Amino acid sequence: MFGTALIVFRETLEAALIVGIVAAATRGIPGRFRWIASGIGAGILGSLLVAAGAGALSQLAQGMGQELFNASILGVAVAMLAWHNIWMSVHGRELAANANRIGGDIRTGAKEMSVLLVVIAIAVLREGSETVLFLYGVAISGNESSAPMVAGGAIGLAGGVAVGWLLFKGLLRIPLRWFFSATSFLVLLLAAGMASQAARFLIQADKIPSLAAPLWDTSWLVSNSSLVGKALQGIVGYDAQPAGMQMAFFVAVLAAIVAGMAWARRRAEPQAPAHTAPNPT
Amino acid sequence: MYRLAAAVLASASLAAFAAAESELSVVIENHKFAPERIEVPAGKKVKLTIDNRDATPEEFESNEMRIEKVIPGKSKGVVWLGPLKAGEYKFFGEYHEKTAQGVVVAK
Repeated sequence: MFGTALIVFRETLEAALIVGIVAAATRGIPGRFRWIASGIGAGILGSLLVAAGAGALSQLAQGMGQELFNASILGVAVAMLAWHNIWMSVHGRELAANANRIGGDIRTGAKEMSVLLVVIAIAVLREGSETVLFLYGVAISGNESSAPMVAGGAIGLAGGVAVGWLLFKGLLRIPLRWFFSATSFLVLLLAAGMASQAARFLIQADKIPSLAAPLWDTSWLVSNSSLVGKALQGIVGYDAQPAGMQMAFFVAVLAAIVAGMAWARRRAEPQAPAHTAPNPT
Repeated sequence: MYRLAAAVLASASLAAFAAAESELSVVIENHKFAPERIEVPAGKKVKLTIDNRDATPEEFESNEMRIEKVIPGKSKGVVWLGPLKAGEYKFFGEYHEKTAQGVVVAK
């Protein structure tokens, strides 16, 4: 039972942290909890489908179907997070002003939330499908009767959700003045980290070269099998022994999003010269 | 002339040997890897076929080699390793970490 709890906790943790960040980052958008719940629901449904089709998926693309699938959905999530941050760089200020009032523009809010629904669904699907496969394995091996297995799974799940919830609550305590800068920064790291993980799958499938692997080794400090390592992997795509190509993806996505945010902000500014504009942050 | 031919033959057979060597396989049975120690040439990409003979799925994982792949029950999966520097690289089955442990040795 303990083993089951631990594995389910580890798998749930990454998804829960991502959901926690997104939930905080969308503060002030009307109806966001309904969107988030739909994303989680879609992710769970997707997990079951992916787990059921795992055999077929593996056989695609000369046995590299799983890697290409993972890299693709991570790519989609990166694009969505990039869109979110660029959108937020313009609208974050209004949302901060409206955060304590009901309202805001429901239509733009809905567009923003549908983008993040996809991110949440992907996060849940990735970790969820692995959890489903693991629990399926435990169930058919018959080593453990079903009651302790269900209990273990529930404990692990509750633990993961609790950590995500704590992160969400913690982020909400950041003063409004810095709040959207802080969540934007987290989302930026999240996107860059996912790009690095996508690169890892493409290297594993032999689609791109690894370049100088490993670039460094910090496994003596934080190993990827530790819980801290897992959490960092979820948030910033941490790898104790990353390939050079992973860092290239990380930096490229980081730079592209920062450039996109600066561009959007410049476009949104009224014609007044930007350098004399008062800086409310 | 003979010597040249011999050299060509030798290098050709060496190349064939290297090609054969860079395709390896490992079996999962009763949540254990066989063999648990896999030798690979250093500095080369190696194709590793994982044959899961258990009915349960397994996740082949290695932090050191940056590999993570689910192998459904009663099926085979392929992963590309490396190129690896000479050294030892641990791998494990995430779903049965207690028993499913192994190491890749790059020479």
